[in-house]
Amino acid sequence: MEIKKPAIAGTLESSDCQVTVEAGEGKIDFLLDSSVINQYGNQIRRVVYETLGNLGVDNVRISVVDKGALDCTIRARVEGAVFRSLEQTENLPWGGAIRS
Amino acid sequence: MINAVGRDIPEEILEMTGKEVFHGNHYYDGYEYKKDGPVTKCVINSGGSKLMDSIHDVLVKCGIRDGMTLSFHHHFREGDFIVNMVMEEVHKMGIKDITICASSLGKAHDPIVPYIEDGTITNIQSSGVRGKIGEAISHGKLKGLAIMRSHGGRVRAIETGETRIDIAFVGTPTCDEYGNCRGIGGKSDCGVLSYAMVDGDHADKVVAITDCLVPFPNFPAHISMTKVDYVVEVDAIGDPKKIATGAAKPTTDMRKLMMADYCTQFVVNTPYFKDGFSYQTGVGGASIASTISLAKIMKERNIRMKFGVGGLTKPMCDLLINNQVDCLLDTQDFDLDAVESVKDMKHFRISAGEYADPFNKGAVVNKLDFVILAALEVDVHFNCNVVVDSNGMITGAQGGHPDTAAGAKCAIVIAPLLQGRTPAICSDVTTVTTPGESVDVVITDYGIAINPARQDLIECMKDVDLPFKTIEELRDIAYSIAGVPEKVQFGDRVVGIIESRDGTIMDVVREIKPFEFSEEI
Amino acid sequence: MNPNKKRLRRTMMFLNAQKPGLIKDPYIYKPDSIMLDLEDAVAENQKDAARFSLYHALKSIDYHGCERVVRINALDTPYWKEDIRCCVAGGCDAIRIPKTECANDVKMVEREIEYAEREFGRPKGSVLIMAAIESARGVMRALDICEASERLFGIALSGGDYTKDLQTHITGTGIELMGARQNMVIAARAAGVQCFDTVYTDLNNMEGFRQDVETIHLMGFDGKSIINPRQIKVVHDIFTPSEKEIILAEKIVREIDSKKAQGIGVFTVDGKMIDIAFYDGARRTIELAKASGVYKGDL
Repeated sequence: MEIKKPAIAGTLESSDCQVTVEAGEGKIDFLLDSSVINQYGNQIRRVVYETLGNLGVDNVRISVVDKGALDCTIRARVEGAVFRSLEQTENLPWGGAIRS
Repeated sequence: MINAVGRDIPEEILEMTGKEVFHGNHYYDGYEYKKDGPVTKCVINSGGSKLMDSIHDVLVKCGIRDGMTLSFHHHFREGDFIVNMVMEEVHKMGIKDITICASSLGKAHDPIVPYIEDGTITNIQSSGVRGKIGEAISHGKLKGLAIMRSHGGRVRAIETGETRIDIAFVGTPTCDEYGNCRGIGGKSDCGVLSYAMVDGDHADKVVAITDCLVPFPNFPAHISMTKVDYVVEVDAIGDPKKIATGAAKPTTDMRKLMMADYCTQFVVNTPYFKDGFSYQTGVGGASIASTISLAKIMKERNIRMKFGVGGLTKPMCDLLINNQVDCLLDTQDFDLDAVESVKDMKHFRISAGEYADPFNKGAVVNKLDFVILAALEVDVHFNCNVVVDSNGMITGAQGGHPDTAAGAKCAIVIAPLLQGRTPAICSDVTTVTTPGESVDVVITDYGIAINPARQDLIECMKDVDLPFKTIEELRDIAYSIAGVPEKVQFGDRVVGIIESRDGTIMDVVREIKPFEFSEEI
Repeated sequence: MNPNKKRLRRTMMFLNAQKPGLIKDPYIYKPDSIMLDLEDAVAENQKDAARFSLYHALKSIDYHGCERVVRINALDTPYWKEDIRCCVAGGCDAIRIPKTECANDVKMVEREIEYAEREFGRPKGSVLIMAAIESARGVMRALDICEASERLFGIALSGGDYTKDLQTHITGTGIELMGARQNMVIAARAAGVQCFDTVYTDLNNMEGFRQDVETIHLMGFDGKSIINPRQIKVVHDIFTPSEKEIILAEKIVREIDSKKAQGIGVFTVDGKMIDIAFYDGARRTIELAKASGVYKGDL
């Protein structure tokens, strides 16, 4: 999937995270600001890359501001931002590209 | 060198401080020593006044110079003006290398951070530090070591002479021109002056600072004129709105209410819950809620409390009003109801020494049946951390946590299993502040774990309908939800030590360093 | 029949599917069901994001036996069909239809669920339906709605919209809800499905809440929609059978079971003749007692 326009999903509330995506420069650029970066920084990065991989996104600038979100929330916000960027709200690939 | 809670204390820290590693709670039991006394300048002339015109004048009069130790109390909490006002003047005078010995420091003291950075302040001894000072220490900006010690530990350090206070600054809500200080009355009423009493007894110079000068004699004095060298009147010693707030509304958060309910059920099912029991609790939502529900059961079962201790809030003072407790022993008043309650004949002020000092001939904490505490982290060895957050930043204070946990027959720690994503129950706490041997029960929203060292408590709970789990099970639940946390990536430099009650080293706090991702994805 | 159709549902707790802090562990409060909301709680511009949050919550959070109902958006919105795809794929237990006006609404949802079950490889009939009735028209067609689908396990009153439609408002006395409550519980019983009462929104009036629950319990409701975990204990306490009721229920079950085994068709308990019609009620009492943690017997 190709990121077309900048998009954002999620909030800055506790246990949530806000994910912003925009067109990349031929690769994944990952930025993380997290309240739990010491404990879960590597884990968050792993989940973000895995989710992008599932979606077939490999050319994106993605920034995550995390307030202690669980993995399932991080996946949801990454997907939320990516599909917003694609402006796709129907016939989503549940259980396919969107998976846990 | 590995200490009794398994922490490796670097040799150079032991050398630098001359301290031993922690050997367990009772290592110093029966230890004999001669208390340190203050240098005292006699006042024999008749009449006279101790009033000085300004902080500047009093500093000059006290002979302020580089390298001195200045002490402060935290009865005004986040409303305190004293520390900033004194340190601003010290800074203006170009004094360097000051050690601050405070009973606690908070966000109110953010303005002194530049004085840490420029070397005016090079050492800090406190129960803990919140706000920007904590960040500054964690970022290695303090030249010397920060020493975090409990309320009882502070009294010990001063009484043994380990910490010698050159000048004590006692913010006092009312004072007369001859130095009789009282914690009540005036604009900045805080009820008691418990933490400052040891400073009054042991500092070479004692300066009372007030914004309400009253005619002599301001009796009964909480800190007597016999200990006070000078008095300064200023416009305001604090912000009354932040000193004692209105009583907190009882929580409506179901998670806290549920933990409070577990706590109360646990308490009433122990053999200690009987007529004449004693109790201390903190100011967290769950602690307050459990005091309220405990009061209800006490009434139903016609059980009276002998004495309550604290750190007092409205629900504890209500026990006195409702004749459910014989007396309250007070070291600090968190809300206006508690300040008001000080006037009650059965509400007694005690000093921090009487409260918690392990190096006197017996403190109140030793007579506690129950203490209800909170913690940032508890590990599977029941060690608690209340000072350093899970990112390694110094953000809290020991307070009376290690003192009351060590003293009480049943020390209960309440913590939600997850704080956001951070597991409160973990394999190893980031920093040990209270040793597991002091902690008997941990109550979370997911279940309750009793320390296996307390087989007696496990036995008496075997028919009680509460969600008991092992501490390892609680950790595993937390990790299954949040994932297994990685350890904080500290720098090498030790920026602070966590001192045990007896002055040995419980743990060290290292400098924060920016997080780095691991190589592989 | 889906074995979960008749499960115990004393408390059905609404949660905003878009709020990670709310949906991560509501099971610790032990409601019988949670209702993950995609409708009113979710702002119009967050409908898309809420689905991802819902999908992963359903997939990865262990709700420890709480039934997971999803409230989808109303049938006059552009969202409801994708909502159904999302929650069926995620593995929800049931779907709550808002603003149900007639039997055809239920049938439309049923059809989409069937498509989704096929698309995502779930057994046909695995996803149940409940219908929320929020209008005078819906109340008057309650029986039709109850009988519209084999998947439908119950109907729920939604008092806010209903009272607006009736040109009144929530008074706290229950007087404005009397007719709807009575009509719906009768319709549900006639159709052999469950019936659930509307939410009580004044969280500061726990006494008013208690009275409300006592009323609907006596009226025959199976449970209540709730908005805060503080309300759970009150409902469960009221729905807990008394010791006397449990003992009587045990006697009825034992008497009928043993006489039936012997081929006898006349039953007596404590010297009084009882009817076979008491059997189901007695069984339900035992189940309630078990769920409430007060049953110590072996039935």
